Formats: sequence, structure tokens, C-alpha cells
Amino acid sequence: MSESQILSTQQPAAHERIADAASGAVAEFNLPQPTLAEKAHRFFHSNPTAAPSIVLLLAIGAFTLIVGERFLQPFNMSLILQQVTIIGILGIAQTLIILTAGIDLSVGAIMVLTSVVMGRMAVEVGLPPSAALGLGLLTGALCGFINGQLVTRFKLPPFIVTLGTWNIFFALNLWYSKSETIRAQAIDNAAPLLHWTGRTLEFFGAKLTYGSLLMLALFFIIWYALNWTAWGKHVYATGDDPAAARLAGIRTDRVLLSVYVVAGVICAIGAWALIGRIGSVSPQAGMTANLDSITAVVIGGCSLFGGRGAIFGTLIGALIVGVFRNGLALAGVDVLWQEFTIGLLIIVAVGMDQWIRKV
Amino acid sequence: MSNLSAQQPVLQATQLIKRYGHVTALDGADFDLYPGEILAVIGDNGAGKSSLIKALSGALVPDAGEIRLDGERVEFKSPMDARNAGIETVYQNLAVSPSLNIADNLFLGREKRRPGILGSVFRMLDRKAMHNEARTKLSELGLLTIQNINQAVETLSGGQRQGVAVARSAAFARHVVIMDEPTAALGVKESRKVLNLIKEVRDRGLSVVLISHNMPHVFEVADRIHIHRLGKRIAVIKPNTHSMSDAVAIMTGALNPEDHPSCTANA
Repeated sequence: MSESQILSTQQPAAHERIADAASGAVAEFNLPQPTLAEKAHRFFHSNPTAAPSIVLLLAIGAFTLIVGERFLQPFNMSLILQQVTIIGILGIAQTLIILTAGIDLSVGAIMVLTSVVMGRMAVEVGLPPSAALGLGLLTGALCGFINGQLVTRFKLPPFIVTLGTWNIFFALNLWYSKSETIRAQAIDNAAPLLHWTGRTLEFFGAKLTYGSLLMLALFFIIWYALNWTAWGKHVYATGDDPAAARLAGIRTDRVLLSVYVVAGVICAIGAWALIGRIGSVSPQAGMTANLDSITAVVIGGCSLFGGRGAIFGTLIGALIVGVFRNGLALAGVDVLWQEFTIGLLIIVAVGMDQWIRKV
Repeated sequence: MSNLSAQQPVLQATQLIKRYGHVTALDGADFDLYPGEILAVIGDNGAGKSSLIKALSGALVPDAGEIRLDGERVEFKSPMDARNAGIETVYQNLAVSPSLNIADNLFLGREKRRPGILGSVFRMLDRKAMHNEARTKLSELGLLTIQNINQAVETLSGGQRQGVAVARSAAFARHVVIMDEPTAALGVKESRKVLNLIKEVRDRGLSVVLISHNMPHVFEVADRIHIHRLGKRIAVIKPNTHSMSDAVAIMTGALNPEDHPSCTANA
């Protein structure tokens, strides 16, 4: 039987012929001229970091006008960078989790727990500093692995899993540290390596810490991994539509597990930066770090529904928070208005995301 | 194609059985697909055609029965096994990632890496090669109107997305493309385009399995029609020997194919 036979006996229905006559092309854009709002929508949709970047520049401009020259000085700018280092690093871990449509409430607890492990291993057990650091990173990986296993193997929602492990890791931290702070002097004697992240480089009046540089390096590494490796594409695909990702042959459980482990290691790196920043190892440090990291991610334009967002958005998000806190403080505004402003920013950012996600 | 029985089926299933508790989804189902044909699979809801298709695409492991690809016995434990064997499936829900761009979607799960140390140590993707290949594949299938390969799939129309899904399967399939309701969510003009795509894929030498509820579409593009009822194949007809009402009558049990010897177009 030839194809022409089929076609001669089975013509498309009449309504289809009419439709065909209307226009031969199907897949083309013959939309009317887009309005300004549509153009803006399309621009923000394809450039997820555009909106937070604009907010950051406007904020810097506004505070320069309000506070004056000293706000824009290299010293103050580098101070803001120092102030956002911890949240920036945790924000990287949080971004990875949120890209997979999850949320990690335990990032702060992992950081504190691993900082205690690093400190005690170096100061009290007397391990070489690099071994103590390594054990800390390993602890972070283990914490992430536990989260990941609970999410993938036991199919528990990430919110609940990390709410549970947040408490568990924090309790372990209190138990292991005996609720005692390891003093900066003791760390300096036993393991100066743990203070490396607090050392500063000075140029043109700016004081950059190695911790801040470490944070920037981490942003670049994760940016590369997300945009230039198959793993990164799989992270986005898993967060975007896990069923579609599985049908495309991606082992989404493995991707999720790897994301939680990597996030755990990044939290441990955050612990290193934390020790450098505050000098001592305190089991009570970083209490608000969980929610602050989520704030940075959300203000940075990452969608809480997964699959959408850029890693550098989180850096900008953290900087926005830092600029507002620093600027409002320099302007002599009461601390409570800092919190108020951050809250406002979060709601505006999520509102923007809802609008941008509409296609 | 007049002498099908002399040819070896490219994909063949015999006596597939699949039970879920008390429910028998596949009750000794047979299936034959010949090289270079479009075989439509039709059946009422619950007739077991999706179970059959899932078994052929590796999404389901049958309890009994065998599947042969080019005469060789195969056992698919996962959709990946079927894909590696050269069977690609276009799923009803498209299975594309909306926020990824067209090129990323085409290569999702089989990304190409840069040659040398960049690829082996730094796992760097070869974006350029993937973009070029994506562009070639899309233009081969007449989807040139998609201008920007970096466009997110969610910005495409339903027909264009289906085009991307079909292009992906056609680009990687070596034997068979299975399409599950490819026109179900599409408008009239977009359906037309996708039907032409299906014929294009067939004309490129691949065998196509088309699952559809849309009788005019089935009768327009299919070379043969496999009718599934109560967990098994009860008839295979040709569009030029039977009418749509015959097909519907057989599908629903109103007409017994045993009484009509012509209902075995593959025997």
C-alpha cells in the first residue's frame, strides 16, 4: 500500500483544510507589538538577576545620598562584604537546595556543629589544623547526606526533614561542645589555619578578608557547576519538573542526594569563615543564619518553586541585605527598621517572582 | 509494504502479562511493529494500551511474555534501557523541562562534553556542539521557525514544545519512536504540524508507534491500526479497508473481529 493511497482515501477533515488555508506556518511568532509591561516581563524572565541588580544599585545610590560619601568609601564597601560573607556562603548552599524545589532549615545548625567539630578537634583533641578542618568538612558532608537520604529514600518533604535535623544537629552541637565556647586565643595557639579566613588584605583602604574571597570563589565554582556541567542542568531539571527529568533519563534521587551533600560541605566551609570572622568557636553562633540565608536567596530572585534562579542572584541578594543594614545603621535609624525593611524586601521579591514566572 | 508477513518486525511482543493485584492490565497481549511504518494503537480507556506502551518503552516490567527488538530478545528494566536500545518515547506530558532552553532540553540526560581535559576533568559541556546539532535537527524536521535555540521551552507554544519533544526522540532513536497522544493538547493547526512531523519521522526510516484517541488523526497517518481491548490485541486493521466506525465498533466490543477475517492486517 502506498502513501498516496492513504492520503487519497483519508483526507484531513474539512475544518482542518480551512485552518490550513488560513496560514501555512504554525510555529511562528506573529504576536502584536508587545507593550512596555510585556517587554519588561520578557526581560526579567530571561534575566533572573536583573531585578535584584537594579535594586542593589538603587539602594547603593540612595544610601550614598542619605548617608553621604562615607557610605561609598572602599572601607565601608569591604565592610559590607565582610558582613555578608557567612550568609553569602550559606546562601550558596541554600540556593542549590531551593533550585531543586526544596528548602534547607538546617544550614545554620550544620555550620555551627561543624565549627565546633573543627575547633574541638584542633584545640582539645590536638589534631593537626588541616585534619581538623577536613573532619569538619566531612561532618558537613555527613549532615547533608542524612538530609539527602531522608528526602530521597524516605520521601519526606525537605521542609520537615530539615526542620527535624535543624533541632537534631543543634542539640548535637550543644552536647559535643558541652555548651562551652572555645576562646580565640586557644584557637590561635593550636590552629591558626582556622583563623585564616579572618585575615585581611588591604588595598586602597578596603579591607578584604580571605573569608570573603573564599565566598566569591565558591560562587564562581558553583556558577560553573550549574551552568557548564551536566550536573547543573540536571539540578535545574530536577527542580523544574522532576517527572519530566526522570523520563529524560535523569536519576533525580541521585541528583538530590548530591545537592544535599554539596550543600552540607558548603555549610562546613561557612563554619570555617565563621571561625575566622568571630575568632572563637561558639555553640550559640549563627542562630539566625537559616532564615537569613533563605532571605538572601529569595531577594536574589530564586524561585521557591524550584528550577528557576541564578547563583549570582543570591550574592546580590545577600549584598542587598548587607547594604540596607549597613546604610540604615549609618543613617542612625533604629535597628528595628532594618528588620522591617528586610521583611518588606522579601515580600516584594516573592511578588516579583510570581509575576516573572507567569509566561 | 504489501508483504508485511515476509518482513521481520522491528519490535515485537508476545503474550505480555501484567497484573496489579486483582486487575489484569495486560492479558496475553501481542504486538508487532514493522520497519518504516506508522502503527497506531487505539483502545478504550482502561483497555491496557498504556500498560502495553509502558512495557515497550521500559517504564513497566511485564510479569510474563517476551519483547524482541530486531528479532533479539530484550528486557527493559527502565526507560533508560529502552532508550539505549534505540527506542525513544514522546510522553503525553511532553517530558520537557520548561525553564531549560531548547538545546538543553534536546540533550537533557545525554549532554555532550568538551573534548580533552576540559571535558574529562572539569566536566565542561560542549554547548557549541549541542547548539549546532540542535539547530540541525530542528531544521531537518522543518522546525526552522524556532529562531532562538536559547529560548526557554516555556516560552514556546504547545505545538512548538511538541516539536521539540519529537525532534529529541527523532534525533536519538535508532529503531522506534513511540508517541503517546502527541496531539491531545494541541489546536487544529498545531496538530496538523505534528502529524506532518510524525510522517517525516517515518519517512526518515524510523518506525513509529502512535497512541491516539483522535480517530481522524489515526486514520490520516497510520499505515496499520492495532486495536487493543480488555488487555490484549483483538484486531489489526488498515485505514483503507476499514472505516472509523468499524474501528470504534471493534474497540468498544460492538463488532467482533472474529467475524471479519480481514481484521488481521499483520497475519
